Amino acid sequence: MKRVVITGAGTINALGHDVPSTLEAMREGRCGISELEFRDVERLSIRIGGQVKGYEPEGRFNRQQLALFDRFTQFTLVAAREAIAQSGLTFSGELAARAGVVLGNSGGGMTTLDDNYRSVYEDGKNRVHPFVVPKLMNNAAASHVSMEFNLKGPSFTVSTACASSNHAMAQAFQMVHGGISPVMISGGSESMLCFGGVKAWEGLRVMSKDACRPFSANRNGMVQGEGAGIFVFEEYEHARKRGAEILAEVAGFAMSSDASDIVMPSKQGAARAIRGAMQDARINPDEVGYINAHGTGTAANDKTESAAVADVFGAHADKLMLSSTKSMHGHLIGGTGAVELLACIMALRDGVIAPTIGYEEPDPECALDVVPNVAREAHVDVALSNAFAFGGLNAVLALKRVE
Amino acid sequence: MSIKDRVIKIIAEQAVLEVEDVTADSKLDDLGIDSLGLVESIFAIEEEFDISVPFNANDPSESDFDISSVASIISGIETLVKAQT
Repeated sequence: MKRVVITGAGTINALGHDVPSTLEAMREGRCGISELEFRDVERLSIRIGGQVKGYEPEGRFNRQQLALFDRFTQFTLVAAREAIAQSGLTFSGELAARAGVVLGNSGGGMTTLDDNYRSVYEDGKNRVHPFVVPKLMNNAAASHVSMEFNLKGPSFTVSTACASSNHAMAQAFQMVHGGISPVMISGGSESMLCFGGVKAWEGLRVMSKDACRPFSANRNGMVQGEGAGIFVFEEYEHARKRGAEILAEVAGFAMSSDASDIVMPSKQGAARAIRGAMQDARINPDEVGYINAHGTGTAANDKTESAAVADVFGAHADKLMLSSTKSMHGHLIGGTGAVELLACIMALRDGVIAPTIGYEEPDPECALDVVPNVAREAHVDVALSNAFAFGGLNAVLALKRVE
Repeated sequence: MSIKDRVIKIIAEQAVLEVEDVTADSKLDDLGIDSLGLVESIFAIEEEFDISVPFNANDPSESDFDISSVASIISGIETLVKAQT
């Protein structure tokens, strides 16, 4: 089987419009969560989110593109451009024929849906823009990435709620690992921060009105974010031959299904995915230095995830670091695993562990080293990234440092 | 129908029980109402009385709304309905 490395990374999210600014914000423990700004926000009871601010699409896309690209597609392309530029790859001939793009996404073009429902239901219009369907479909982002970069290999979108990106990256990993293609573009994106998107989440009563405080005893719910994270997964020898800069190695993954409840997480399901990822990557539990937690800031997730980590790692659970960067960029749902993979890369490559900010009170049910509030320098050889979705669908990735 | 009867009717429907089987002393757990059932009941109550119930599933014990028994829910609703008029 072939080794898989990451040779490019790109993002846009509430912390920054590219990777360097995002990592700087994570190092500084900066919070990207702020007052939401969009139409009808005053009719919501939840008014905060990790919204991408200061973003000017006009500078990045032409008029025709803007008519066709929902916000989640725009974010995806912004991140893909950064990632592919960093990798130095161009796609033509044999490489173009084999390379594809597998992305995670949950809500599709939620803003497009919201705007057009409003127009026909509230404003009583009987005509919508002709591009509504190609704009809102969940695979629009993957398709536009394939078109912009001439990727003609296996391309599709994976939708498993909050685990979408991790499931997508696991698929892309497998394709490079198994020799289907030497290069795959992967990651995910989400943009649900519109009136209808937040209103739907509000109904479930799991959202915080003030902050995302994962693992803190006084946590009171999740906070939504938006944006994208995109990576270039490349076969190790392919990357080495062309002298590409290697950010980290993707060493393995595992997926599992709780098969129990549509919203409540399961310790066993999470533990099986964590354990499985280490087995797949041939990693001993005591080698793991950092885990990027799912850490949503809900009562249920954080205690279940802590218990799963304690079960899987035993005594080593007290030695490893586990943090939730959702405290800073919010929960990007279908894009969250992708943006969070950046924290794993920072841990492995730069030796900096992103903190869990907003941490105020220890919770005996989450008694792990959650790197509270301040980033930490540490040498890490192996990192895991957890994602546990609504619907009980879990996906954990294992990454290694590359010398 | 009194507020009490209307709330009990909603809870009984959620629990798939006869109205007579739900009393003021009943706890939601004992009635077989789980976290999703609770959120759904609160939604139904909000719709029935046209009120907004301050409840966050993440810290039910610290919400301004006491859900520890059917009686406490009824009294919470009575307060909210009164405050509205």
